[in-house]
Amino acid sequence: MTRPSPIIALIKRDLGLALTRGGGPLLGIGFYLTLMAMIPLSLGPDQAVLTRIAPGLTWLCLALSSLLSLERLFERDFDDGVFDVLRLGPLPLEAIAGLKCLSQWLGTGLVLSLATPVVMIILGAAPQTALMALLSALLGSLSFAFIGGIGAALSLGTRKGGVLMALLVLPFYVPPVIFGAGLMQAVQTHGSPWQALAFLAAYALFALALAPVAMGAALKSALS
Amino acid sequence: MPLHVKVNGLALKKGYNLLISGLDFTILPGEALSLTGENGVGKTTLLRTLAGFVPPHAGTIAFSHNGQPLENEDAQARYIHLLGHHDALSPSRTVAQELDFQAGYLGGNGSRAVDALKLRPLLDLETRYLSAGQKRRLSCARLLMASRPLWLLDEPMAPLDADHRALIGELMRDHLKDGGMLIAAVHDPLPFETRTLRLTRPTLAEREAAVV
Repeated sequence: MTRPSPIIALIKRDLGLALTRGGGPLLGIGFYLTLMAMIPLSLGPDQAVLTRIAPGLTWLCLALSSLLSLERLFERDFDDGVFDVLRLGPLPLEAIAGLKCLSQWLGTGLVLSLATPVVMIILGAAPQTALMALLSALLGSLSFAFIGGIGAALSLGTRKGGVLMALLVLPFYVPPVIFGAGLMQAVQTHGSPWQALAFLAAYALFALALAPVAMGAALKSALS
Repeated sequence: MPLHVKVNGLALKKGYNLLISGLDFTILPGEALSLTGENGVGKTTLLRTLAGFVPPHAGTIAFSHNGQPLENEDAQARYIHLLGHHDALSPSRTVAQELDFQAGYLGGNGSRAVDALKLRPLLDLETRYLSAGQKRRLSCARLLMASRPLWLLDEPMAPLDADHRALIGELMRDHLKDGGMLIAAVHDPLPFETRTLRLTRPTLAEREAAVV
């Protein structure tokens, strides 16, 4: 019997938890679809208006839905004392935090991304834009998960840190929202989407590189 | 001499409060050390400091393996098991899932621990349905799965019944016989001979000097 590597073991555990605890991805999806359903109700069913604002509002809803599950990212393991075991394992705290964000993204961000083209088309975007919507949502939700992880690590240990975390994190959700919505706008007006897509990918890489280091430092101080 | 831990002039602080000062001890393979002292004297903080989770206020903790000093905390972590107040179990996962994860993550094999700690009847239960004593037995499993020389135990016996206290005591003795070492914070003495280190509060003058 070959032993799974510690990385696989940790991802398997966290993905399992992300998919089951507190409703898992259903909660995020439900929130996403409910927000989306409220938009035509509040703005009226004028197709021309909806088509114009569909990309921007979808990105806003995606950012807000991504916030939902962040609070639970480190808090449960912190309360249960699981970090004591994780820290005495073979991985440094930075890697543990990064893998937790990755599992969280696989469990919720990926599912939200898959729903994004559907949401955008329901709101009135052209069906041909679906592939680009999916691609940009994947990159965007990856940035949301890792940047959000920094907020979750910083607010760890403060009771009811959810609002504090939203305040910390939302300003850093602005660039992907701008690039993502701009990209969809470009696709709809038959402009070139590649510049916006490159910015979106660059921001995701920036988040992937910076977040583990920042989370490691924040966790170290919260856990001492 | 595999692992050797030397503590020199250690002082610990929690917030602004000086807990322990001027602590010296050495622990060698096959030795057990019981930490005693009143509540709040700093037993848990001392164990967490030894594990590398909390930086000491003053003094040094030197780990050496075969005469080679282990410099950083990540290297030291490979030699340590810490059993804290919390059992480090996720309430929504089953006993088998938790054992699988810990075996995969820490490296080791769960089946020997399952038999030694009589966990087989519990495997399919979610950990939230376990009693405090059953949870403690389950968290002891990682001590046996991944073999590491230094066990840091915080009140290891507290929730256990008499039979299981004897069982865990037996496992601790086996660990010491194999050249392992253990440091345990206890109120009731362990069921075998150990060295005892009684922690006391620092004097008022020392506490005031440390506030600055």
